[in-house]
Formats: sequence, C-alpha cells, structure tokens
Amino acid sequence: MRYEAPETIEAAVALLAAAGKTARVFAGGTDLIIQIKEEMIEPGMLVDIKKIKETREVILDDDEIRIGASVTGAELGENKELKKLFPGVVEAVQLIGSDQVQGRATIGGNFCNASPAADSVPALIAAGAKAVVAGPNGTRTAAVEDLLIKPGQLSLAPGELIISFCLSRPPKNTGDAYLRFIPRSEMDIAVVGAGVSVTLNPDGTCAAARVALGAVAPTARLVEQAPDILLGKELDERVLAELAAAASATCQPINDKRGTIKFRTSVAGVLACRAIKIAWERAEKN
Amino acid sequence: MSKYHVTTTINGDEVDFTCYADQTLLEVLREDLNMTGTKNGCGSGDCGACTVIVNGRPVNACLVLGAELDGANIETIEGMSTGTELHPLQQKFLDHAALQCGICTPGFLNMAKALLEKNPEPTETEVRYALAGNLCRCTGYDKIVRAVLDAAAEMRESTS
Repeated sequence: MRYEAPETIEAAVALLAAAGKTARVFAGGTDLIIQIKEEMIEPGMLVDIKKIKETREVILDDDEIRIGASVTGAELGENKELKKLFPGVVEAVQLIGSDQVQGRATIGGNFCNASPAADSVPALIAAGAKAVVAGPNGTRTAAVEDLLIKPGQLSLAPGELIISFCLSRPPKNTGDAYLRFIPRSEMDIAVVGAGVSVTLNPDGTCAAARVALGAVAPTARLVEQAPDILLGKELDERVLAELAAAASATCQPINDKRGTIKFRTSVAGVLACRAIKIAWERAEKN
Repeated sequence: MSKYHVTTTINGDEVDFTCYADQTLLEVLREDLNMTGTKNGCGSGDCGACTVIVNGRPVNACLVLGAELDGANIETIEGMSTGTELHPLQQKFLDHAALQCGICTPGFLNMAKALLEKNPEPTETEVRYALAGNLCRCTGYDKIVRAVLDAAAEMRESTS
C-alpha cells in the first residue's frame, strides 16, 4: 500500500483518477484504518486529504458557510460562531465516538463512510447542506441527500472526492437540532436519529422546515411531507401528531440487535417531535 | 513495499523513524521504537488503552498512521513523569489505588492529562464523559474518577 498526501485538490484528483478503484481517500481514518486492519478492504493507495487547505477550513462568509471535509469533530465543537449558526450540525458531529475519536474523526469521513446511522447526515440534510465534489471533470455541488445511494455507497464517480460542505447562512429566526436514540448515554451508534431545521415568520408561524431521519432506512431520509404539515402553522399538538405520523411513515428500517422495525418506526416520530421543539425554540431566539 | 521517513518530536525529543504505509502509530511506538508504555487493547478505537497526545489532542494511537505524522508533536506515557518525579495524576492514581492490572492506565492518564489542560476544574460528570472512551475491565472507574478529581485539585493549588 502507498501513502500519498497531496497539497492541492488537483493533485488529489489526479492520484485518485490514476489509481482507480484501489485508492481510498483518507481523512480521520477512524473507520478506514479499522477496515484495513480487519482486512475488509485492501487499498493499493491511501490519499490523505488533510494537507489540502480547502478541506481543513471553516469559512463563515456573509451569505455562505463552508465546512472543510477533513475538519474534525473536536475542531467543529470549538468553533463558537459555527455552533451558534448550526448547533444541530455541530452537536450531531460531536456525538460521534469518544473524545479521542473526536480528535480524528471528520465530518466528511462520517458522510463518506455512508453508514445509514451516521449522526452528521440527518443534521446536514436538515440544514440544507450541499457537498462540494471535485473530480477529473472539475468541481460540482450536490445536495447531500442526492449523494446517498445505499449503506457504504455514495454517488461519486471514479476520481471524485468531497472537498467541503456548503450551507446558506441561516435567515433570521432559524434554528436546527439533532437528536438520536441510543440505549446508553454515550459511545454508541444511533438506533434512530432525527435532524430538524426550521425558519419562523415574524408572526411565529413556520416559514420553512426540513426534517431528516437516520438509521431507519438504507440511507438517511428527508421527511418529504414535513413542509406541507408545518408551513404557516404554529407548533401545536395536532401539528406534532401529524409530523410524528409522517416521520414514522418515512421509515423503512431493519430489525437488528439495536432495535426492531416497530421500535425504530415509533421512535422516529417521537424524536422528530422532540427535535423540532428544540429547533423551534432556537429559531425564536435567533 | 516502500517505507516512509517521518520526523517527529516524541516527549520533547526529535525522533526519526521509517514505517510502512499501513503501520499505525501504536505499532511504530511499540514494535519499532520499543516504547511499550502505550498499550494495545482493542486495536479499533473502542478501549482507549493506546491513548496518546498528538499535536495537543488526545487520540487513539491505533487509529493514526505513522506515515501521516511528519512534523507532529507526540506525547506518550513515557514522558509524563519528570525524571523520577511522578506527575500529580500518576501519584493520585497510586494514592487512590486507581489501577489493578494496569493495561488501561497509560491511556487513562493521558486522557486525564489532556482533560485537565483544557479544563483545570472539571466536575465529576465532565471527568466521566471525558473518560468515556477509556475502558477498565478491572472496573476501577470510581477510583479513577476520584484520582483525577483529586489530582485536578492539587494541580490547581500548586499553580495558584
């Protein structure tokens, strides 16, 4: 196996394109090194993207926020301004693993590992994040949910890699939140995850809403009916019941040791409601 | 398979090593540099026994590659005491009998050291959360937490 640490996007793309399927992008390594050591994969080359400036920066512009793909959970947690703008996204990334893992694990890696239970993904979908993808034909951007195909697989062409995630600066009265259910208080994988972002009108009704779920389908999913239920409404019991039903209807989970189909489907509704209450409260204060 | 030449600082000393692309920092430390104070527990980032500090951040040495460490500053358990004088955390682990078999201890000590550098006055809950990625199967958690809180108090006194 070769190890390469290019300093530019172009060099990384050239290395990945030349090596074909045997090359793997390497950032925090908290998933990849385990897969290599357990001989689940045998890459011919690792392309370490941490020396590429664009993957390491968090840029907070007037209209746009960019989070580099190889920014770690610990670094995001220390970025007070980002935490204020997207508390849900930052909290989701900070739920991943121990403090030791937080020092290494990256937001791009959590996304690219393509686990259906990845905590950052529902939060990124809810926040309306777009991935900036570099490849042999230049750079493209794609809504993060459009890149998800199935467990372990993203819609990326050979030679393509994710450089950063792009978010619009939230309008006034916007808040986001992410909650997950695990049977213990720390160090576990989501049984269900729910990310929510809401924007409120001056009269306190809902102006925009995105609700996304994790660990309840082969990929994280947007709750498509959420805007129809929420727009123009206040957050009363009837609206919450409708949202819970829509969230549960979005689920297509599996039975496994972490949770049954029935449990996951039910908890998805509960978590969507709890998360929207937090996001709503944050939106009122912003 | 070619080897990579890496220049690092380990416990304040410049250390050069060569390693293969798939060698972890844990393997480099234990097998090539004979620094066996860092323990190999699970090898998958779950147990925290191999916790070392790289560029100021605690990490699992089993989840870091040697090849990516050119220019890195690494702190291991071997650098924790000053000569024969134990670090307050080490002394408090002894005082509180916060270890039995000792395999988890270097990882706990490094994690606690990193915590106290960031937060000199942690609550018990903060200590427990910070140490959540370190497993002790002799189940000495309570004594470990008390040792860390006691060391924190002593370190605050000595700096005030």
